Amino acid sequence: MTSPNSTPYNPNELLICTASRLMSDHTTAFIGTGIPMLAAALAQKMHAPNLVLVFEFGGAGALLDLLPLAVGEENTFHRAVSATGICDIMETAQRGFIEYGFLGGAQVDPYGNLNTTVIGDYYHPKVRLPGSGGGNDVGSHCWQTIIIMRQDKRRFIEKVDFITTPGYLTGPGAREKAGLPPGTGPFRVVTNLAVMGFHPESKRMMLLATQPDIPVEQVVENTGFELIIPDKVEVNQSPSAQELSILREEVDKDRYYI
Amino acid sequence: MEVIESGVGPMIQSLDMNAFREWNRQKPKGLVDKRMSEAEAVSRFVHDGDYIGTELYGTVRCPMSLVNEIVRQGKKDLRIAGQGVFELDMLLAAHLVKALDITYIGLEVYGVSECLRREVESGRVETCVDWSNAGITWRFKAAAMGVPFLPVRSMLGSDTLKYSAAKVVQCPFTGDPIALLPALILDVGLIHVHRSDKYGNAQIDGISGFAAEMARASRRLIISAEEIVDTEFIRQQPDRTIIPYYLVDGVVEAPFGSHPGEMCYVYKRDEAQIKSWVEASKEETTTQAYLQKYIYGVKDHREYLDFIGKDQLENLCYERGQI
Repeated sequence: MTSPNSTPYNPNELLICTASRLMSDHTTAFIGTGIPMLAAALAQKMHAPNLVLVFEFGGAGALLDLLPLAVGEENTFHRAVSATGICDIMETAQRGFIEYGFLGGAQVDPYGNLNTTVIGDYYHPKVRLPGSGGGNDVGSHCWQTIIIMRQDKRRFIEKVDFITTPGYLTGPGAREKAGLPPGTGPFRVVTNLAVMGFHPESKRMMLLATQPDIPVEQVVENTGFELIIPDKVEVNQSPSAQELSILREEVDKDRYYI
Repeated sequence: MEVIESGVGPMIQSLDMNAFREWNRQKPKGLVDKRMSEAEAVSRFVHDGDYIGTELYGTVRCPMSLVNEIVRQGKKDLRIAGQGVFELDMLLAAHLVKALDITYIGLEVYGVSECLRREVESGRVETCVDWSNAGITWRFKAAAMGVPFLPVRSMLGSDTLKYSAAKVVQCPFTGDPIALLPALILDVGLIHVHRSDKYGNAQIDGISGFAAEMARASRRLIISAEEIVDTEFIRQQPDRTIIPYYLVDGVVEAPFGSHPGEMCYVYKRDEAQIKSWVEASKEETTTQAYLQKYIYGVKDHREYLDFIGKDQLENLCYERGQI
């Protein structure tokens, strides 16, 4: 993928750079394996040196000099401020201390509900996926969750086979009615094609920005439900030469992900 | 308290807090030498049909030498609390698992677990009950506290709750819906630690995962340790002891006990070995060949380490001063 006058980049690099730009400095982010780790490491080296990264098995405040390959490995508490355990981290999230949470999934619906459990019938699954892991907890307790996925019609569907992690459930007020903490829920959906948010009233997914060189029609064609298209849709900047160089030369030197 | 919703999933382990108290009362409290081999520990404390749990997980401070011994002895019809990677893959690969309380079984950076897929999609794992990661750990915590349930704000509104054995009630204090998670008491817990004395006073460096909670939720507990230390060493820094001896039934000395996973500050994960499992696990025949080569084909953990080879293991170790 290229844009005029830009360094060529691949879809994973685009996802990582886009997610990284959503992370503010001086705040807390619950980080899972894969793209969120790379995005967080990039953010720390670009615009958010004081971003506090929290990993579910106990690491808090790590400096990601080396890329972790697992959410419990040593790099998740490398030069960290504390190394405790899963109860402390999950209870910290439950108490409202963690601003951002990052999630992925096999399927997502218009309300940001995610499936990482089964494809097909629960008792006779066509595909048994790994399960919730910390996903349900992140989606329940973090203030703003950011979903990172590849976008196509198989993944973005009207109804997920299984709600592993709650988004806005059936719409406005549903999270609160279920007992989930008020003011929480999906914030952004970052894909290879676009960045989406959720309509403040209907809580349905809404296009905010397209990725470079991607027309709005292509986003719509790759969404299996009706996506809200506002009058004004932004266009994201391509990954910069600086972002790409840090990503390739510092964050993922061994090319585990990119 | 009004029950608003009841998860439809079964309790695959019975819950009796008074029986757990009675069990804990009769556990020996004397300081006795509990050192033994993996073979003795597994043969004495793990039985067909037991409900077992492992800690931490997969590639991190994982009791692989004990898990491999369970596979070698073919303990079958196991029920398992599932947050796992390679350790649970081994048990699934050997067709030893009958029921799962599952939160995550996968290969993290390397994707889904093909062993889990084969075992669940074929119905060989007869029962799968889903929970969140915090959910399973808080179930251990409830058992560790000696109470039958804990109220939490995870899993609400989701199918994860609907298909679990959790319940939603109206909180008698705030009036809001809250999820109740039943305590989970393990028949056997398996935990790998950095060091233990011969009685089972065990210390862990780095993150402690859910070792404290799981140890206290286990009726029988097997500790494997990188190093057996003198009790005086423990007594000089008792604040570092996460698992006190009276919880422990067996102590196994297991250097490189987490291989091919890591042991923080001691050795790194063995990426080449992990990748060879990822490849092997994709098909049933190559999976069985891997088990034959690395588990059935070696007598015990010592022979396994010899087979992996000194050079490969030494390459994984942190050099002095590197951390």
